[in-house]
Amino acid sequence: MTATEAVARASRRLRWQIAEVREIVIETPRVRSLLLYVAGWQGHLPGQHVDIRLTAEDGYQAQRSYSIASSPESELLTLTVERVMDGEVSPYLVDELRSGDKFELRGPIGRYFVWTVATRGSLYLVASGSGIVPLMAMLRHREFHKAPVPTGLLYSSRSLEDVIYREELDAMARRDPNLHVFHTLTRKQPDGWVGHRGRIDKYMLVGALVPLVSKPNIFVCGATSFVEHVSSVLVQLGHDAFAIKTERFGPTGG
Amino acid sequence: MNDNAPISRGFGSGRRAQTPKDRVPPGQYVTTDFPVLSAGPTPQIKVEDWTFALQLGGSLIGKWSWLEFEALPQTTIATDIHCVTKWSKLDTVWQGVTFDDLLKAAEVGGSTAPFIMAHCDGGYTTNLPIADLVDGKGMIATRYDGLPILPVHGGPARLLVPHLYFWKSAKWVRRLRFMQHDERGFWERLGYHNYGDPWKEQRYDGD
Repeated sequence: MTATEAVARASRRLRWQIAEVREIVIETPRVRSLLLYVAGWQGHLPGQHVDIRLTAEDGYQAQRSYSIASSPESELLTLTVERVMDGEVSPYLVDELRSGDKFELRGPIGRYFVWTVATRGSLYLVASGSGIVPLMAMLRHREFHKAPVPTGLLYSSRSLEDVIYREELDAMARRDPNLHVFHTLTRKQPDGWVGHRGRIDKYMLVGALVPLVSKPNIFVCGATSFVEHVSSVLVQLGHDAFAIKTERFGPTGG
Repeated sequence: MNDNAPISRGFGSGRRAQTPKDRVPPGQYVTTDFPVLSAGPTPQIKVEDWTFALQLGGSLIGKWSWLEFEALPQTTIATDIHCVTKWSKLDTVWQGVTFDDLLKAAEVGGSTAPFIMAHCDGGYTTNLPIADLVDGKGMIATRYDGLPILPVHGGPARLLVPHLYFWKSAKWVRRLRFMQHDERGFWERLGYHNYGDPWKEQRYDGD
């Protein structure tokens, strides 16, 4: 190994860095976005995640992974966290963490479930619940560059109040004729709701694809059962399995 | 522990993960679920269409249909498994054919090559040193908890190398290719560690 290679290798190492909470945004009753300042953050690609490590007063530590919600172009790094019932880490992040608090973080991690405006082809995003988070990084990045990439988002939430980033998504779609956002509400729909109702099915998946050219880059993110269902229907509909990238959020332990 | 780690006041005062230190590597927590991590859709493979092969150079030195594979000597092991995404699962029970028994069945005498690449349905690959497969350390598993492995967990057959992070235990495995020189597999090329020892916390490249 040459010296230059050695430096390149060493610099690839993901070291633990200190993240300082600058702002906390209440997204839904169960979901908060943490806007973090990380000195010397090396940047990321939309879709990547980070590991965080919390240390208790007696030295006890716990690690978890969270998707990045912010575009690479934004100054602060945003993580969006959903409170997992009986979880060990997420209830602390959602309910206890305050602006000014610090914790350890390292990343970015994962170079497969990523998309940038340099990627060729249209974009087709399918999410349930907090599965929207890594896809939001892609949409924010796309918006920042005003990229005219034909894009469809099909997003499943329990109820209207559980829709994460609702105003931002709807405003993005109003501004951008190339972006089509479709919501489905699975448990409770408000009076006059004109979006989809119930779990994502074949018809919703075909409908959300209509404005796109063929051969989209597909990203599916949510709970394991959701991702299994959606990705298998997409394969049945004739999409190339290699064009479908998945990220499964286990509810375990959170 | 890093002396610079900021203390999170109020964290850890509630429920803590049950983590017996001799069984759970650093940074891991115990789950009783069986979470799933895959890069794409789950392949649906019928056992009648399934074959398994060992490849050395340009030729297959062993090839089995499902029925032939089922007739090979069967081994059952109980072991802990550790996923790079932080969960560990204790006392899992697997049945299958050990790598040692595969080599015997293929009548591979002496040395083959020091590394293998596992090739799987869905295009997934992972690389391993032979030393981590022999002497009972690795198997091709076809049963979990006495039942056929579900497709979502890698069925009909997955590699099982439980002393390394679980991405090395490749799902939907179909072929092991011997290599004279180490090459990186799917996740190993995408920023994950080349070897993946959970006790050394070798999660990512450079760890």
